[in-house]
Amino acid sequence: MLIGKQSWAFQNKPVILETGVTGGPFESNGALPEDFDLLYDDLWMEQESYEKAHRLLMEKAVEIALQKGNVQKEDIQFFLAGDLTNQITPTSFAARTNAIPYFGLYGACSTSMEGLALASFIVNYGGAHYLLTGASSHNAAAERQFLYPTEYGGQKPPTAQWTITGAGVALVTRSEGLTGQFPYAVSATIGKVIDMGLKDPFNMGGAMAPAAVDTILAHFEDTGLTPDDYDLIVTGDLGEVGRETAYDLLQQRGCQMDKEKFQDCGLLIFKPDQPVLAGGSGAGCSAVVLYGHLLNEMKKGTYQKILVVATGALLSPLSVQQKESIPCIAHAVAIEYGTVC
Amino acid sequence: MSKDQTAKQEAYQKLQSKHELKRPVLKNCVKAFLVGGMFCLIGQAITYFYIYFFDFTEQTAGNPTVATMVFLSLLLTGFGVYDHIGQFAGAGSAVPVTGFGNAVISAAIEHRTEGFVLGVGGNMFKLAGSVILFGVFSAFVVALIKTIYLKIVGG
Amino acid sequence: MLAMFFWAFVVGGLICVIGQLLFDVAKLTPAHTLSLFVVIGAILDGVGLYEPFIDFAGAGATIPITSFGNSLVHGALQEAEQHGLIGVLTGMFEVTSSGISAAIVFGFIGALLFKPKG
Repeated sequence: MLIGKQSWAFQNKPVILETGVTGGPFESNGALPEDFDLLYDDLWMEQESYEKAHRLLMEKAVEIALQKGNVQKEDIQFFLAGDLTNQITPTSFAARTNAIPYFGLYGACSTSMEGLALASFIVNYGGAHYLLTGASSHNAAAERQFLYPTEYGGQKPPTAQWTITGAGVALVTRSEGLTGQFPYAVSATIGKVIDMGLKDPFNMGGAMAPAAVDTILAHFEDTGLTPDDYDLIVTGDLGEVGRETAYDLLQQRGCQMDKEKFQDCGLLIFKPDQPVLAGGSGAGCSAVVLYGHLLNEMKKGTYQKILVVATGALLSPLSVQQKESIPCIAHAVAIEYGTVC
Repeated sequence: MSKDQTAKQEAYQKLQSKHELKRPVLKNCVKAFLVGGMFCLIGQAITYFYIYFFDFTEQTAGNPTVATMVFLSLLLTGFGVYDHIGQFAGAGSAVPVTGFGNAVISAAIEHRTEGFVLGVGGNMFKLAGSVILFGVFSAFVVALIKTIYLKIVGG
Repeated sequence: MLAMFFWAFVVGGLICVIGQLLFDVAKLTPAHTLSLFVVIGAILDGVGLYEPFIDFAGAGATIPITSFGNSLVHGALQEAEQHGLIGVLTGMFEVTSSGISAAIVFGFIGALLFKPKG
């Protein structure tokens, strides 16, 4: 149901039945290794190219989610996913392997919530029994496409972020007939593209913060809720710079909350001593942290209601060379944990 | 873009720059100085090596020295060390000719997955191409001007 | 000899510091900075200042990328002296060949032998 200007309320409680979360070497040395289902200890994963490894991450995440949920590929109606690589080929090749009707999505690092919002909507209205949605990224594949060859001795400034290597996939289904407690989607707010004229591809956090703030404020406006209604409001990959800026901006616009409540997946995933500059980023970042760590915390009872705001920078290597600024977007999904039937 | 939009953008950019982690310029310069100086020191040693052990003069030893430095950058790049040096030293590793070698070699290594002809061949000069282009073109202009000037002045 | 080592270190280091300032303060990309340096090297040789610079600083002047600009102009001028204006084109790579050929040859060898490590 449409609420307000740009949000949906999911009265039928679409459930995140199970998830599959895969990661790479940096993530296995990071802050949340126990929340991954499968970790690889090198970026090649015994494939012939980084892009093939990227595809493997997604394929494995799908496989694991299906296994855990005890559902067959043939029972899935749709696969909604994307990644950062040109023309989202790793995800498309994974879709080919899985042979599930496929919506390829591109929202840069906001893809995970773009997918979850759409998946929840479709399931809520009986458009599918089972859906798979997710997002992935691969550090080396992203580096070689957007920045420099991985062995190049370029120096990144402290505002730069580290693309995570990983895939997070959720198996979404209707709540009918489910007994027990599950995480389920309550509402979603779709973001507009926001561009504040920033041009530095080494400072995406600063570029994305306004988009996150715009969507968060729109969410509260549309739903009539306040930050007090949530135990946690977590952004996808604003990183250190973006998080500080977004928090400041939210305060300025009258949205008050404890700083502790306002977290960022890019800062949660790595340890402070890892050389990741301003924090983790990538389409996979919000997906792996949400579908792994955050849902696990919800199951443990740490959080009962969270708002996940995935943020994306919609630039391309060409647009940067053409001196364009960086347009950004953020999509939010509110998730609650409890009984669904 | 409306004036209101531009004003909003400017206000945001000001806010953002408050939180932007600043580049440690002084620290970076010190590191660049030390590492860059080091590369030149090694280059000097290699130059003397070629002068004393092979038959090169001070003028001609530059050539094999540069080739040797590029070979050095092959090893450092191939073994995955140059990118770490680069993050540490910035211009200290980019400005010496080893940086040029690294730019070409890293691109070549990276694009092997696309094959040798289109991948390696087609992408090798991705980073270094501008140095070659501007080097050659500016040399052309400078030499042209000087030659014409000398012709006019000389005869 | 020792003095040469000292000046090589200091001069080379200082050129890199200029590069670093262009990176951090002027926010130029490495490609822009290096292209600028190579052009400066070319101009300095055009006005006859680079060779004395090499005499003074040794590797501190031959190792930074500025020396590419210098060698290209040198080669061009040498040929032009002997063969006239066309020498400007034919002579250019005579002196610099080592840097660029080395990069190409070793680049190919690198692609044959190594895999990127991320």
